Amino acid sequence: MAVRGNIVGIDSPEALEKALRAAYYLADEGLATAAYLGLALGKPLLLEGAPGVVKTEAAKAIAAVLGRRLIRLQCYEGIDASAALYEWNYPRQMLAIRQAGEESIDIYGEAFLIERPMLAALRAPDSAVLLIDEIDRADQEFEAFLLEFLSDFQISIPERGTLRAAERPVVVLTSNRTRDLHEALRRRCVYHWIDYPTAEREARIVMMRASSVAEQTARAVVAAVGKLRREPLSKAPGIAEAVDWAEAATLLHKGGARWPDAFKRSIGVALKDEEDLHFIAPRLDALIAEAAA
Amino acid sequence: MSDELQLPRAAKIFISFVALLRANGFAVAPEQTTAFLAAIELLGPRSLEHIRQAGIATLAPPPERRATFDRLFDIHFRGSEAIERAEDEDEETVRLQEEGRGEDEPPLSDEANESGLAAARAEALVERRFAQPSTSDALRRLSREAPSRLPRRRGHRRMRARRGPFADLRRTLRDSVRNDGEVLRLGRLRRRARPRKLLLLIDVSGSMKARTEENMKLAHALLQAVNNAEVFTFGTRLTRVTRPLRLKRREQALNAAAHLVSDWDGGTRIGDALQAFLAVPRFGGYARGAAVIIVSDGLERGDVSALRDAVAKLSRRAWRVSWLTPLASGPGFRPQTEALIAIQRFVDDLVDGGSSAAVVSHLLSLGTRRAA
Repeated sequence: MAVRGNIVGIDSPEALEKALRAAYYLADEGLATAAYLGLALGKPLLLEGAPGVVKTEAAKAIAAVLGRRLIRLQCYEGIDASAALYEWNYPRQMLAIRQAGEESIDIYGEAFLIERPMLAALRAPDSAVLLIDEIDRADQEFEAFLLEFLSDFQISIPERGTLRAAERPVVVLTSNRTRDLHEALRRRCVYHWIDYPTAEREARIVMMRASSVAEQTARAVVAAVGKLRREPLSKAPGIAEAVDWAEAATLLHKGGARWPDAFKRSIGVALKDEEDLHFIAPRLDALIAEAAA
Repeated sequence: MSDELQLPRAAKIFISFVALLRANGFAVAPEQTTAFLAAIELLGPRSLEHIRQAGIATLAPPPERRATFDRLFDIHFRGSEAIERAEDEDEETVRLQEEGRGEDEPPLSDEANESGLAAARAEALVERRFAQPSTSDALRRLSREAPSRLPRRRGHRRMRARRGPFADLRRTLRDSVRNDGEVLRLGRLRRRARPRKLLLLIDVSGSMKARTEENMKLAHALLQAVNNAEVFTFGTRLTRVTRPLRLKRREQALNAAAHLVSDWDGGTRIGDALQAFLAVPRFGGYARGAAVIIVSDGLERGDVSALRDAVAKLSRRAWRVSWLTPLASGPGFRPQTEALIAIQRFVDDLVDGGSSAAVVSHLLSLGTRRAA
């Protein structure tokens, strides 16, 4: 196992946490440890958590810390090698064959290869971070296909042979856990379950993300969102929703709305399901008043 | 690598921890053990907490088993005396909300998981052993015919076909090379059919007592036959029993499930159970586009409007909702109970669930039906 204790000057989880904070991402101890271990051991980092706990942001922050470009691969059902790995430029190949006439021509040359995210990451392992987003949306065939890539960081293109990364690229996978991932995939990764942050940490996140929001507003929003998450809603508000709500309420307040009213009128950015709104409506006033207290 | 790895004595305690995890049903691969040791070496480790973090990151315990993992960790590294039965907690159980919504006590998920043991005691854990299984014709029919007769949907993955809406450029080009770049035939692709998700919700309350055992056997047979089904039981709680029922041997699987479910033969709050199901994003997602089958008599003790709202929501998410009740015998069935009347217009099939044969033949007939 290739162990690198020191990556761009980061030699411990604490150092990584600090660097992430400089990149405007507040990581808790567990995430910082998992991310550091992933980088140091050269293993992919698998982040699971409920929707809206800023998993994708974590990958962006890691890329920023390493000073690398983020290559994002959004998964969906039916995603296959031609969308994730490489594709041949068929029209161009066809034209080349026509134009070549009697001469011989290599139609599987570099000029005809279209790079997709995984190939791009493999070719530039020292300057890119590969984010494989929402892997649970992909089907099991694609998950199986990923296994070769994630364990050996090599891919085979039948027409050209096997390509191998010069060094292990940094890979981050995220999953909303709408289905159980295969054990073999979990095994190859360093794993972290991202939970909703504590109220204290979430308030700091809100203030960091939305600079116009006052501390008191941030705390009130976080308290209200915390209460909403304990209700049986079909879509509980995530961190992004908390940030939006704080910003929206601040905006309304600056426009002249009074405080509890500003929260109430901007509830639409936090709860986005008609039935959830309907369910919470009778108690919304009390909930906001309690949170603001 | 450092001394830590070369010294078997120092590494021993970590390796024996992995063995302890394996003995408690965690799947840990050798490469994960290697990563665990490398991680500990990297981190120092300056405290026990570092070792715990390293363990969580590299050994990857599933989130719903974190409590068990932590308990085993404490037992192993702290020598904690409070050894409870580690295997015995409500990993995927959701306690239904008590009366008076929005109280301080969170009704769902985390809290329920942590206080699983206490909750189980409070509910006077009833454990059930299933009698010696007897294979019935209905279950055999289910295992035989399920792969071909359960509902399917069009997937998004494409396959070669004689005719189809998409051009297969890769194949066309390969063929044309043989003909000096002339395209003689355009290869085609079409979308492949995939088995549709199945969601089976089984009422295990007192009024369904006579049917519960048969229904659990049926769920087991279904999970053995197909791999995209999810099974939940409900009564006063909602429990996901898919995992135990995936075990191959029926007796073993049913006992494992019986162990997990603690509300056998109790009361019924179907509405609350379904609301709870929909409120957990991970569970609610199972219903999307699925064939939902609810096996229940619809004798609701709770609020009928909660039941109606839940079923309405479920029917919007699902491909088709079937309600199988033992009360519906014969084609001229008219629902009499308040609950069944309330939900009647939201379910697509309200049919007989009074025998395994009836349930199986309904399941197998789903493949020929269309979305509602």
